[in-house]
Amino acid sequence: MSSVSDTTIRLPDVTGQIRGAHLDAVAVSAWFGSHKVLERVSLSMPPGTVTALIGPSGCGKSTFLRTLNRMHELVPSAQLAGQVLLDGVDIYDAGRRITETRKRIGMVFQKPNPFPTMSIAENVLAGLKLTGTKIARHDKDDLVERCLSRAGLWTEAKDRLGSAGGALSGGQQQRLCIARSLAVEPDVLLMDEPCSALDPTSTRRIEETIAELRRDVTIVIVTHNMQQAARVSQQCAFFLAEQGTPGGIVEAGSTEQIFGNPRDPRTSDYVHGRFG
Amino acid sequence: MTAMVDQEAAEVDTEAPVEIPRPLRARTLDDRASVAGSIVGSGSLVWLLFERVLPFSGVVGFVVSWYLVFLLMYTLVSRISNPWPTVRDRLAAAVVTGAAVTVGLALTSTVVFVFVKGWPALHHLNFFRDDMSGVRPTSPLTQGGVLHAIVGTAIQVGIATLFALPLGIGTAVFMTEVGGRLSRTVRTVVEAMTALPDVLAGLFVYVTLVIGFGFPRTGFAVSVALTVTMLPIIARSAEVVLRVVPGGLREAGLALGASQWDTVRRVVLPTAKAGMATSLILGIARIAGETAPLLIVSGASTFFNANPFSEPMNSLPLFIFSAVRSGEPLYIARGYGAAALLLLLVLVLFAITRFLARDRAK
Amino acid sequence: MVASAEHLWPSAEGPDVPRDIDPARPAKDSVFRGTVRAIGSFVLVLTGAIGLFLGYQAIPTLRRYGIHFFTQSQWQPERDIVGISAVLVGTVEVALVALAVGFPLALLTALYISEYAPPRLQATLTSLIDLMAAVPSIIFGLWGFFLLQPHAITVARWLSEYLGWIPVFAVDTDPRAASWAQSQYTASAFIAGLAVSMMVIPLACAVMRGVFAQAPVGEREAAYALGATRWGVIRAVVLPFGRGGVIGGTMLALGRALGETIAVLLIISPAFDIKIKILTVGTETTSALIAGRFGEATSAQLSALLTAGFVLFVITLGVNTVAAIFVNRSRSGAATEI
Repeated sequence: MSSVSDTTIRLPDVTGQIRGAHLDAVAVSAWFGSHKVLERVSLSMPPGTVTALIGPSGCGKSTFLRTLNRMHELVPSAQLAGQVLLDGVDIYDAGRRITETRKRIGMVFQKPNPFPTMSIAENVLAGLKLTGTKIARHDKDDLVERCLSRAGLWTEAKDRLGSAGGALSGGQQQRLCIARSLAVEPDVLLMDEPCSALDPTSTRRIEETIAELRRDVTIVIVTHNMQQAARVSQQCAFFLAEQGTPGGIVEAGSTEQIFGNPRDPRTSDYVHGRFG
Repeated sequence: MTAMVDQEAAEVDTEAPVEIPRPLRARTLDDRASVAGSIVGSGSLVWLLFERVLPFSGVVGFVVSWYLVFLLMYTLVSRISNPWPTVRDRLAAAVVTGAAVTVGLALTSTVVFVFVKGWPALHHLNFFRDDMSGVRPTSPLTQGGVLHAIVGTAIQVGIATLFALPLGIGTAVFMTEVGGRLSRTVRTVVEAMTALPDVLAGLFVYVTLVIGFGFPRTGFAVSVALTVTMLPIIARSAEVVLRVVPGGLREAGLALGASQWDTVRRVVLPTAKAGMATSLILGIARIAGETAPLLIVSGASTFFNANPFSEPMNSLPLFIFSAVRSGEPLYIARGYGAAALLLLLVLVLFAITRFLARDRAK
Repeated sequence: MVASAEHLWPSAEGPDVPRDIDPARPAKDSVFRGTVRAIGSFVLVLTGAIGLFLGYQAIPTLRRYGIHFFTQSQWQPERDIVGISAVLVGTVEVALVALAVGFPLALLTALYISEYAPPRLQATLTSLIDLMAAVPSIIFGLWGFFLLQPHAITVARWLSEYLGWIPVFAVDTDPRAASWAQSQYTASAFIAGLAVSMMVIPLACAVMRGVFAQAPVGEREAAYALGATRWGVIRAVVLPFGRGGVIGGTMLALGRALGETIAVLLIISPAFDIKIKILTVGTETTSALIAGRFGEATSAQLSALLTAGFVLFVITLGVNTVAAIFVNRSRSGAATEI
């Protein structure tokens, strides 16, 4: 990775010990009403890796991502088949607490959405407040600093922790959202095109953040930008939906293999920019 | 070679003038002169012709004639040196501005009129301190007051708000956060009930509570009628405010592992707080001015009564209504005073909403 | 690092059908949802009951008077002659006058605020319109009766003098007489309509302005780029886009005008004849009838008043529903809140 700018405090390398959870999707199919949008998607997302979901728009990448933390079912007509296993346990099992699942599997959205009525520090701690997680007062400041550092926002924000969360630039807001997601200490972080609304400089900073986070948190990122996928991920899954059919994975493998030596001709066409 | 060019450039640069922004949207002399000339010209023309040639008379006639002749003259003058699209544009601007000025004048004249006619009663302190018990309608303005009406309005509106606010906001939260088929039915019915004329709300309460259940015509009965009127309004405007809260915020809350209740309580409602406060205050202002239900449900008393459960209560709109219809000049003056008070109440409530909105606007 | 994992789990061979997903809500969510559902249902029952009650009360009256309730113009309950035809005509007349005056003023004012006013003033002007909507109707009634009427009757006289050949503007008196009969022009549907227009203008104007402000910037810029003037842009982009809001706002105003009570009560002098001469003294509207007559009403007469009120409610409801349909079907529909 390129040299990190001085605004991101480098954490000491946790050599050898990789945290994060193992996330597996097993034959996940999804419908909206009677309209099927995903066809038996299976994917294994190991800890310590960044998995990129690539493919043209409308192929179900975001829908698949949202099945991984049970956001898919927020739509009234949504349906699902298959399993999503977090460290071997199906998150859709009856009786599994949905709020617990979402605490362990966090999400960063395409459009930054800091809570406008809260300050920067309050935004970071919002996850704890919302889930009723108690934390000692002196630990709060530590946590805010830690999360903002990991998100690469500490130096810019440390003097205005009390000012409104909505007053930051787009890239800063997105890093704030990342810090907010990190505060609840998830095992997996899902990112839905987090940089698509941002300028190149902010994008670079966030990619640096992703690279650093992967040791602690399993990361799954949906991206439109192939070069970004090549830069940040260790494994890729290529999604495609032919005309009128549900989306699915055409090919999945290590990033080098997908970009350098794709097995499927459609994958090859996509990564070489012949469509999409 | 490059060095020499650079040096030349440097020399030229130090002598280059400072950049001055150019005016981009200035009005030409033609613009200004056309308007000014047409105004003066039409005014003089109408002045000359009025009463003699034109079939109008009176202030209204003069103003209307002036405006119409102005439009005609403005068109003709503009046509001299401008193409038709420009002439049409100018004419449109004149007509639109004229309409806005008319509406503004109507509103201003209303406010000024009420305060001017209400002043004779208002500037006596007893107006705020006493009620009308023992005071005859023909008594001078130094006697009597509308304290009972003020208190009546405050209590009746207060109780109605106490009922309508939680019910209205609860219904709005049900419609936006929970949804489902039942909520769509609720929405349809609530929207339909906003069409209910206020006099019917009063009649409904009168027939059911007063006649049907034998309720006395107390302040409480009035509050019920006001609640019936207020509830659909609050529910609908609260729902609008909640719907404007971006769905992304709700998703962000849920994605952090929060329950729906926590997300609504700590994310959605605080974000909607300013808008809710505005619609609530506007709702209160509208209810405070409601007269029709009062005519039907409320008895009118002349003495101070702060108990909504026994004895009739008077209120500002009711007092105004009976006062101005009485035909007694002094009593009418008191009515105007009460009207000025009511208008002042609305203005103050309104100013509060503007203040709250400005707070957020940064 | 191999990605496709299907072969590791035998359960992946199962049929591809949707499964039942248990929402697994925390307890406090069930409490929350149950509570607001209860509140919503209570409000539904309450407001529905009012509508049903009014309808129910109409049955004995309609059964007793039948269709004559709608054709009879006189209201003399002591002689058992009860009919709302004149009242309905009066209601519609007042509302139409209010719309005829209010619609152009509201539309033009909305255009002024969204297109012509300096940007810094727009917020202030918008809130002034909201203020106008909050002014109690009794205040406008006072204004209409005491301030406006003396001037309005001169306008009425002019109309009857020069346009009296149109039946609507005819008045049964000589407008050219030296001492013209002022009392023939007061307390008319015309003047009541003018006062009511003050109440409907802010309503319609707010809806229309909201819609005009949403006209897409891209289309405006396209029009300017083709060389259009400001008025050209309004005609080509703003007004077509805002058509739904204009119609919806107008119908909303109509609904309000039909139900206005106090201003009408203060101004008119009750008369139960069906006439289209709006400038002439005397008329009656449904809500003024109810407010004026309930005091001396026996229970049968109350029932008749309730029936009249129910008819008014149905009409207003119909108007509002049509308004909602127009607004939702149009391009500006989603943005408008009526």
